[in-house]
Amino acid sequence: MRARSVRGGVAIVLATALSITAAACSNPGSADEGAASADSAVVGIAYEPDSLSPLLGYGKDGNSKIFDGLLALDEDLKLRPALATALPEIGDNGLTYTYTLRRGVKFSDGEPFGAKDVVFTYRTILDKKTNNPSRTELDAVRSVEAVGDDRVVFTLTYPYAPFAQRTVLPIAPEHIAGGQDVNSGTFTTRPVGTGPYLLTKWSKGEKLSFRANPAYWGGEPKVKRFTMAIIKDDDVRATRLRSGDLDGAILPPNLAEGFKGENGLSTYTAKTYDYRTVTLPTHNEVAGDRAVRRALDIAVDREAMVDAILNGAGKPAYGPVPTDSEWFTKGTERVHDLGAAKKILDEAGWKPGKDGVRTKDGVRAAFPLWYLTGDKLRQEHALAYASDARKAGIDITTEAGTWEVIQPRMKQDAVLAGGGSPADPDFDQYALLKSTLAGDGFNNMAWYDNKTVDEAVEAGRRSGDPAARKTAYDTVQRELAKDPGYTFLTHIDHVYVVGSRFGDLTTQVEPHDHGLASGPWWNVEKWNPEGADT
Amino acid sequence: MARMTARRALSAVPVLIAVTFGVFAVAAASPFDPVKAYAGTAGLTASQENLDQLRANLGVDRPLVTRWWDWLTSAVQGDLGVSSVMRMPVADVIGERAGWSLLLATCAFVIAILLGTALGVLAARRPRGALDRCVSSAAYTLEAAPAFWLGLLAIWVFALTLDILPAGGLTDAGSDTVTFGQVATHLVLPAAVLGISQLPWFFLYVRQGVTDALDEDPVRGARARGLSERTVLLGHALRSGMLPMLTLIGSRVPELITGALLVETVFSWPGIAAATVQAATSVDFSLLAALTVLATAAVLLGNLLSDLLYGLADPRVGFDG
Repeated sequence: MRARSVRGGVAIVLATALSITAAACSNPGSADEGAASADSAVVGIAYEPDSLSPLLGYGKDGNSKIFDGLLALDEDLKLRPALATALPEIGDNGLTYTYTLRRGVKFSDGEPFGAKDVVFTYRTILDKKTNNPSRTELDAVRSVEAVGDDRVVFTLTYPYAPFAQRTVLPIAPEHIAGGQDVNSGTFTTRPVGTGPYLLTKWSKGEKLSFRANPAYWGGEPKVKRFTMAIIKDDDVRATRLRSGDLDGAILPPNLAEGFKGENGLSTYTAKTYDYRTVTLPTHNEVAGDRAVRRALDIAVDREAMVDAILNGAGKPAYGPVPTDSEWFTKGTERVHDLGAAKKILDEAGWKPGKDGVRTKDGVRAAFPLWYLTGDKLRQEHALAYASDARKAGIDITTEAGTWEVIQPRMKQDAVLAGGGSPADPDFDQYALLKSTLAGDGFNNMAWYDNKTVDEAVEAGRRSGDPAARKTAYDTVQRELAKDPGYTFLTHIDHVYVVGSRFGDLTTQVEPHDHGLASGPWWNVEKWNPEGADT
Repeated sequence: MARMTARRALSAVPVLIAVTFGVFAVAAASPFDPVKAYAGTAGLTASQENLDQLRANLGVDRPLVTRWWDWLTSAVQGDLGVSSVMRMPVADVIGERAGWSLLLATCAFVIAILLGTALGVLAARRPRGALDRCVSSAAYTLEAAPAFWLGLLAIWVFALTLDILPAGGLTDAGSDTVTFGQVATHLVLPAAVLGISQLPWFFLYVRQGVTDALDEDPVRGARARGLSERTVLLGHALRSGMLPMLTLIGSRVPELITGALLVETVFSWPGIAAATVQAATSVDFSLLAALTVLATAAVLLGNLLSDLLYGLADPRVGFDG
């Protein structure tokens, strides 16, 4: 190429780029249409799903908008029928669950839904070749069979009382997902389901756009267009809510505070099972001592944490079950009492040393506490815990790290952990406390080992009788007060700000994960916005 | 010139191959665990058996060299593999996103070059003048300001206070269709922020180059011959003052890529940069390797481009070859 023609080429490229820029600079301000129309809603959330395929774990706790499960959870987290016509018939002493399916339901591509889809969904999830990280939750299932076109029978290997709660997981269409690679096929990003909404676009890292399913078996939703904008940064989310770009968003309590009393916006505080706890590993010679655990349990000032760290949006936690849950055992609350904590330590032989830190048989009452790097809430909990412990003469050093750094140390070091799933007490307590699960992935991080608790959580999951289950979980909570393997600190409320024009909204009791499936938009298909066609 | 281009292209091949191996090696040595990243929050409750099975399914338990070789051989045949973090083929990820990043980067680059050159020439005309002092000190300040911070500032001023531009996204959050007008209005802030964060470099180089050139004999001679100030400034001084800037254009490419990374994040721009961060922290080997090849190619191309421009602008500089 001659120099002259190259010069010409460069000029053309520059001219093109310039015209694009010039076009981009024109007509600002025309952006505000569309978003504000009566029958559309745009909400800002902090996390996005990894995949939209139920076969890979999407929507396993229900409420996936694009899909339906056999059952669904209502506002009070009670099970109600969805793709099944009724709650399951439980037979064979809790070993078989039979579901009768709703007839006439169609997937959004027009194909009918049937028993084969249910069988396909569960069998695919249970297949080891499927990259589903939550498969363990269906461990109890031995087999799933279709009986005719509208009945499905699950057979379990052991009686598992909360099994029906697991069947809120979404059903995938066999005729689409069955013909492609489960782990990377187009179904993972372009899902087709029976739910109230159809996915119109998923721009990863930006937003998920939904359109109302006109043929939804539960009636067409009034909010015709629903968008979840993915905005990781709390401040940016608040900013975009204020600029009118969003109709609603999840916000940390301190940012939500700024929207209180604002015209046209309502604040919702969702109660949760979302706890923050400190693991006290049994393999640590200090944290493993029952006296130290009990002392720490009453030396921490939970009320102060709720006020200072959570701006009051939360409550003290004494175990995985929040104090306002029906499963909570009244009387297991522990009052903050530094004097009593010191007394316990004195009696157990932990004597104060020169620097104020106690020692026993040459062992210094000190251990590290890890928290996840960048998680401000966990950091603040960890620092407050260490400062409370110090007052009782226990020296806790806080350290930040990623899970890769923390996991190998979990056997000896304490960790500021979080979790919580409200659907059934078994979900949290079995994995947290069962001694056989010690060190199994992130299960039983504290290597907690208590025979009475082991038996109680086992009884709790096997018994089909609610009263017997309540007794079992009462035992667990009383035992946790006597031998706390963890110091539970707080249950954290999730705060949302949403436009008032959508009417009075409700929230469910929420799990640790939040924003996508829960939040006031848990039932957006039932919303009745002002000005929408009725 | 064609020979130089061909030779550079040829030498790029071993560089690119070495870079992909480097990516695999560094990723394998990093403390991040691809299985944990894949499982996400579900991994925090998964059993060890479940996690081990995932490790085998994802093929990340195989030795580093085997994984790299498999990736390379299939990449050469056009199969870039499957992105574990995006759950879709790598080619689709890049196809969906590269265009938006290119659009953003091009606009930003054009803003930076044009504005930087114009301001540079104006400032050089009267060194220590009011404009020069004003723009120079602004340029030094901008150089120190992170693009991330500039982005938040721009959102605060233009989206929040003045409410004349959208605060983020490719289109309005409530709109599903991608129209020219929508993209254009949403492009203004990120492109301007990215462009302005690059501007100081161009401005300072041009200013210095033109100031120096104005003192050189040829320019003095031109003035002495009675040529107009305009011709002297643009025809003589700018031409020789531009030379260092042409090198700069090439060398700013990597900076542009990292700058775009932060700007895309702040403005929720669905480009390739955001995917790069995710690929890196999730140890998504296939995606990370492909993106690194792209970025390396961009840097090599940038260098080639600046050498070519240099050769064209200054005939004394031949093409090496």
